[in-house]
Amino acid sequence: MIAFILRRMLQSIAVLVAVGLVAFSLFRYVGDPINAMVGQDTSMEDRAALREKLGLNDSPPVQFLRFISNAARGNFGLSYRTSEPVSRMIFERIPATLELAFCAAIFVLFVGVPMGVYTGLYPKHWSSRLLQTVSLLGVSLPPFLLGILLILVFAVMLHWLPSFGRGETVQIGWWTTNFLTLSGLKALILPSITLGLFQLTLIMRLVRSEMLEVMRTDYIKFARARGLSNRAINFGHALKNTLVPVITVMGLQLGTLIAFAIVTETVFAWPGVGQLFLQSVQFSDIPVMAAYLLLIALLFVVINLVVDLLYFVVDPRLRSQGGAAKVAGH
Amino acid sequence: MASPSNNPPLLEVKNLRVEFPTRRGTLLAVDDVSFDIAPGEVLGVVGESGAGKSLTGNAIIGLLEPPGRIAGGEVKLEGRRIDNLPYEEMRKIRGHRIGAIFQDPLTSLNPLYSIGRQLVETIQTHLPLSASQARKRALDLLKEVGIPGAENRIDHYPHQFSGGMRQRVVIALALCAGPRLIVADEPTTALDVSIQAQIIALLKKLCREHQTAVMLVTHDMGVIAETADRVAVMYAGRIAEIGPVRDVVKQAKHPYTKGLMGSIPSLGVRHDKLTQIDGAMPRLTEIPTGCAFNPRCTFRGSRCLSERPDLMSAGASRAACWLHDRGGVGAPIPSDGAKELVDA
Repeated sequence: MIAFILRRMLQSIAVLVAVGLVAFSLFRYVGDPINAMVGQDTSMEDRAALREKLGLNDSPPVQFLRFISNAARGNFGLSYRTSEPVSRMIFERIPATLELAFCAAIFVLFVGVPMGVYTGLYPKHWSSRLLQTVSLLGVSLPPFLLGILLILVFAVMLHWLPSFGRGETVQIGWWTTNFLTLSGLKALILPSITLGLFQLTLIMRLVRSEMLEVMRTDYIKFARARGLSNRAINFGHALKNTLVPVITVMGLQLGTLIAFAIVTETVFAWPGVGQLFLQSVQFSDIPVMAAYLLLIALLFVVINLVVDLLYFVVDPRLRSQGGAAKVAGH
Repeated sequence: MASPSNNPPLLEVKNLRVEFPTRRGTLLAVDDVSFDIAPGEVLGVVGESGAGKSLTGNAIIGLLEPPGRIAGGEVKLEGRRIDNLPYEEMRKIRGHRIGAIFQDPLTSLNPLYSIGRQLVETIQTHLPLSASQARKRALDLLKEVGIPGAENRIDHYPHQFSGGMRQRVVIALALCAGPRLIVADEPTTALDVSIQAQIIALLKKLCREHQTAVMLVTHDMGVIAETADRVAVMYAGRIAEIGPVRDVVKQAKHPYTKGLMGSIPSLGVRHDKLTQIDGAMPRLTEIPTGCAFNPRCTFRGSRCLSERPDLMSAGASRAACWLHDRGGVGAPIPSDGAKELVDA
């Protein structure tokens, strides 16, 4: 198992270096950063001096190594747009995105999974059919439209919830949080639903089909024959057996929620990294883009590692003999 | 062995009918089946696939898979009617008064929980024991079903056991709460032949020790002959013949049973060819009028085509065949390749 973790970590590092290469090539191939940094009337000499000072005349491998080693220490240089350190800009904004993604994930987990279990247990009940139909709507409705509709109903018409921003936040160290004020919590509701609904319908459908599958198995029939309560059968035996695929998808979705919060953040003017990324694209602010790229890659890699470890927790067949699931014969 | 006739029956099945509503109409999968099981008795139920033997077992434990349902008759356990109980009531009987064993031990156990946990969970569902008492009982059960090193093995997961060992665990699970009856549905079919004998011997031993009755559903006549006190032969959803195992095996009264016995190879006797019953069991949609076996029967007479025989006394057994009625089978019906009509 230790060997497995080490192997996965090496793979993760390889992935990060590969993404780093892509991020690095942004610097070299998306326009000339010097042009973006200086005015039209800067002389050629000044430009050359700046180029030399920034190390842009070194060979690409040297520059790449420098980029990677700086990135590994969390140093992504200065933003072309604001001349602030990129890492500080990202750290200022990441709490907003992470809290939004966290709320959306909670929403997905605690609404989507029970809905999936319910529709899986009673596939023919009218309410299951209704949920199935509504979930189709959730899959096909684009998030920006959903966000606008929610704003229209709950902010414009009913005045229940704010339509933009984070509301009041509380600063804890460098982390700003929404969770400690009422207006902060209210501000989270609409963006979380907008961000999570698509994933929620996916999870619901996944859990439903897995439940239908598991309920047909012999061990569920045998659990009934043992006279276990419905609760023990449905949640203890059936749900746990649906968990492996559900964890996989949930892990990927959590990454997706963070990475693709861009649209939701734009609709709700949410001051997160997604919005920062959009602004930096408009200004060809390459250090920010590169840092964002690496950050998202890091998140995916970490989440996948955690997911792989969760498999071991859930499924004892993977635990024995270093992950080699062996079904013993006679 | 307990002599079944003196005791009041443990299980009474009377005129049980199981039907499946389908788009093309309702299929009668178990048709008017009646039998008793005495305390401690082993009743074998044999028949081809689709004869309704497993459905009868499932109907008794109240686990018919929808849309299948009990359409008539009654099932009584220890004098109490159990076929019409609400789900929760029946749940408390399952695993407690009636244990069940299914065909495939490889898939009967939940792969994600240790066998100890599954045993303790079952014990605590039915018996008022503390966690440590339940674990103690689980350990005793594992020792009783012959799991070597039970103290270590109790925390192992199903995939760490072989098929035979897993079926032993399944038997331990069925015995958890000390049931009066075990419905064993093809308990050895998925196992190696050498393991089959061990499992059958174990089942037999445990049931004798605990005075637990068994309804042993199988298509293996060998297993029945070795284990059962009485045997019921099912054909197309009905009982064709029921009686003490010796009589049914040695002196079959129903032509179908005869055919079934003729198809079993026996050691020490040289067979040039095993006999086989021509044709196949009719599908539920195409059950002929009269006796369901008549298209395949070599003794078929005109009466067999029009009137359906009920079980009638034939020696120590009872058989659903007009051969055992005073009226006989009626005029013989000549058929192509008709064999010589032999009087039974």
